[in-house]
Amino acid sequence: MGHCHDCNVNIKVKDGEKKLVLAGNPNVGKSVFFNKLTGLYVDVSNFPGTTVDISYGRYKDYVVMDTPGVYGVSSFNEEETVARDIILFGDVILNVVDAVHLDRDLFLTKQLIDMGKPMIIALNLMDDVRRNGLTVDVKKLEELLGVPVIPTTAIKGEGMDEVLNYIDKARVGNRNPQLIEKMKAYADKVDNEAEALLVLEDDETVAERHNLKVSGMRDEIYGARRKEIDEIVAKSVKETNNGASLRTKIGRWMLNPITGIPMLAVTLYIMFKILGVFVASTVVGFTEETIMEGMYRPFIEGIVGSVINPQTFLGNMLIGEFGVLTMAPVYILGLLLPLIIGFYVMMSILEDSGYLPRIAALVDRSLTAMGLNGKAIIPMILGFGCVTMATMTTRILGTKREKIIATMLLGLAIPCSAQLGVIAGLISQLGAFYTVIYVLSIFIVFVIVGTILNKVMPGESSQLLIDLPPIRIPQLRNVLMKTIQKTWMFLKEATPLFLLGALLISLMEYTNILVVIQNAVAPITVGLLDLPKETATAFIMGIIRRDFGAAGLSTISMTSVQTLVSLVVMTLFVPCIAAIMVIFKERGYKDALVIWLGSFVVAFLAGGIIAFIL
Amino acid sequence: MTLDKAKKGSKVRITGINDKNIKSQAIRIGLYEGAVFMCSEKLPGGPVILQSKLQEIAIGRGLATNILVEGVQ
Repeated sequence: MGHCHDCNVNIKVKDGEKKLVLAGNPNVGKSVFFNKLTGLYVDVSNFPGTTVDISYGRYKDYVVMDTPGVYGVSSFNEEETVARDIILFGDVILNVVDAVHLDRDLFLTKQLIDMGKPMIIALNLMDDVRRNGLTVDVKKLEELLGVPVIPTTAIKGEGMDEVLNYIDKARVGNRNPQLIEKMKAYADKVDNEAEALLVLEDDETVAERHNLKVSGMRDEIYGARRKEIDEIVAKSVKETNNGASLRTKIGRWMLNPITGIPMLAVTLYIMFKILGVFVASTVVGFTEETIMEGMYRPFIEGIVGSVINPQTFLGNMLIGEFGVLTMAPVYILGLLLPLIIGFYVMMSILEDSGYLPRIAALVDRSLTAMGLNGKAIIPMILGFGCVTMATMTTRILGTKREKIIATMLLGLAIPCSAQLGVIAGLISQLGAFYTVIYVLSIFIVFVIVGTILNKVMPGESSQLLIDLPPIRIPQLRNVLMKTIQKTWMFLKEATPLFLLGALLISLMEYTNILVVIQNAVAPITVGLLDLPKETATAFIMGIIRRDFGAAGLSTISMTSVQTLVSLVVMTLFVPCIAAIMVIFKERGYKDALVIWLGSFVVAFLAGGIIAFIL
Repeated sequence: MTLDKAKKGSKVRITGINDKNIKSQAIRIGLYEGAVFMCSEKLPGGPVILQSKLQEIAIGRGLATNILVEGVQ
């Protein structure tokens, strides 16, 4: 049994059980293998000290452990750290490889082989190989690597049983002889050869665990490994024609601004039609009005109301206007859930088709002016669904600086779908001229605030560096799995925030603080923005639920200019209470406070300027 | 020359990456000293797209100025 020198893995392994680790690059279909091996009995545990969850289950006398998708074993990020420790912990490795991208994927494969652990390779996505006009000489590849290589198309179940049969035949591959020599220096200083390799490759964490210094040879070893891989690929992969020409062409069109911008516009228009029109009104109309307001609310009010007087403090908290059991579930399940599902389906389709990274590349330039790179388009698109969900997604951005800029822009200038519907209804009554001014004002604020933040914030933002996978038709199953997973994650994280939000608002209402705030804001709305006093109430209601606020405006009689100003302020004004809490949770209270107060100032300033000009 | 100067459609060999943070990560996705790519697309003022066989990588313009390349026939 391999041992594990304080490497954090807290999975219980019985005597006689071997540890089988699944390893591979991101998006190579690893999870399909994991599910095939473990069946339904899967445990998920949080990896100590990280936000990464790992799944493990059992197959025969193996404990099967999944790892996050990584391009190599080291500690460049949290995923890699986790993958590294699980791999170090494992006895046998099943390496899932994307056959279309051997030159990329074999880096991890060769590194795993150099670690000296027995392994087998599932050469996955073989259907894509044929479709792309490539041939892979599997026998040759097996000979060059020295471990069993089994061609598979996991999504269709091809080759899966062979993989299971070969697990017992895993063996140590052809290791780099120079590395074996160099590793000898560490033979009695670390627990096993895998650790020796990592110390040799400058992995500071592993070196520290054994009180060693890193060797400083990483670049040299990585370079030599690349050379080996190039030779292996040259010997085993052949391009039979320039196949996939149409798909390559589509990929190019998506990138080239002349064709790419119209394509993006059409895509966003289709998304708007599906999400903004179909989901936001038809589906939500049914889930929110018919089911939640029509059936759930009377039901819960009846049950709770028979035990607790709704007029009391507790009754108010539970089933009052903003109650934890009334407003919160209606909002989360009736309104948000269909929208969140809709957005994640769309995003998964964009991601799996290979379009999303191309959109990121296309918009990269425009975003760099605001201190972001193309990747930030992902939270920005999601923001039109739900700013709370989008703010959580800012985790994918490279630096703290980018996260703050993106969070600020999301909270400020991206109207979420709940609000967008009401705004669209109000603005369409004003005509094209005011609609253009509205869109333009929000856009200008977005650009100016982004540019200023980029100028004043210290440090540097990270640059775009992404892999553009080939264009392909997304698999329905994968899209659904991703959607379910992400929606569940969102519900798990956001529900407590919405409940807490409802509680806070009820408390403020009950204690009359809400009225005090409304009166305090009134002078600004009347004096600076030249709006009726009641709009202050609508603004405050906008914090509770952004659509409440916008809807509140429709009952106040105002001139066209006043409606425009109030809509601009409402959009820019702080996001809903759940979004505010997620900002505090993600950014820490200091940054969050600045973001929060900043959006107040910007919202009233922008509104004041428009009111002054028009 | 630096990668941002490479012409669209030309073949280049990477000769150096002057960004410590990026270097080791770039090598993983196949961007390393000695690798040969075709510069398949350059978005105006934006990312440079490199292609090798079926693999494509998008590199932000700022990062491209930190990557040294030489022309390959």
